[in-house]
Amino acid sequence: MEIVDTKKLQELLNSFANKEVYIHLETTNGAYASHFDEKVFNASAFIRNVKLRYELGKVTPDSPHRIGLKLHDNGWVYAQGITHYELDELGRLLMAGHGYDGKLAVALEISEKPFAY
Amino acid sequence: MLQPERQILVVFPHPDDEAFGVSGTLAQYAKVGTPITYACLTLGEMGRNLGNPPFTTREGLPLIRKEELKASCDAIGIKDLRMMGLRDKTVEFEDDEKMVQMITDLIDELNPSLIITFYPNYAVHPDHEATARAVVRAVRRIPEENRPRLYGVAFANDTLKGLGEPDIVNDIRDVKEAKWNSMHAHISQTGWILQEEAKRKNEGATNEDNWLTIERMYSYRWHEDFEASF
Ligand SMILES: [Zn+2]
Repeated sequence: MEIVDTKKLQELLNSFANKEVYIHLETTNGAYASHFDEKVFNASAFIRNVKLRYELGKVTPDSPHRIGLKLHDNGWVYAQGITHYELDELGRLLMAGHGYDGKLAVALEISEKPFAY
Repeated sequence: MLQPERQILVVFPHPDDEAFGVSGTLAQYAKVGTPITYACLTLGEMGRNLGNPPFTTREGLPLIRKEELKASCDAIGIKDLRMMGLRDKTVEFEDDEKMVQMITDLIDELNPSLIITFYPNYAVHPDHEATARAVVRAVRRIPEENRPRLYGVAFANDTLKGLGEPDIVNDIRDVKEAKWNSMHAHISQTGWILQEEAKRKNEGATNEDNWLTIERMYSYRWHEDFEASF
């Protein structure tokens, strides 16, 4: 993955707009968070292979970046904390936020084909 | 080492679950030729250690962890690895009866004399708990006199309070290299732990109570079953 280049990432977001795409969206502080520190409140969420169509996708200029996908019918997909991205060999746009501790904090992925399992 | 076994079945949900808790014990059994089957339910697809800068992506991680899992099994001497195809974080949401069947099928096929999994209610991660529940339920259905031994790994913070001292305490110093290699095989996820371990060594830790010395498990207490029935 590469550090986000706002201009390039914006072009990639544009290329998936108005198409049926599959989304993987995830955010987490880790399943072990409150095992290691009982004061930590464990929270996470993910969706995978949810099909949708967005009319406008934007990446904000300030880093870590925010990504917003505006759907038809008042829907939204939102991710904060994106630091890295790549268009992988299967043509999927993978975006992720990697924390200072080397752990994934957030991921947003867009693909025209379903993600494997 | 522990008592001789005819066949061992190990059931954990994540690649690397075998490494920390029981790889030494398993390596001892492998050394004396005891057949071991490891059913690993997921590929740890949702692992958070991707590095910064990242060394892989969310989609690339399972491929890396699959290779790490195979390397760990090689290090231990496990010749029969079954990757069961579930997804990390979702084990508890599978159909409970289907989960029991999956374990029952393995037991019917392998007729193990010992099964190793997590100890229910002391296993911390929801996937660990769901795995432990399925295994206990499958074994519970076997008439008492035919049941294989069932050992559980417990590491919740309240384990000592709830379960007391473990009854299975195994000196694994004779296979510490195999255990180190198993933990090291999962380097994408264990890097930070191994660094701390190396630091402990450098600081002259007495080696009395680290990963490479003793492994502990609890015989499952059927008289204090985690549920009345299923
Ligand atoms: Zn685990």
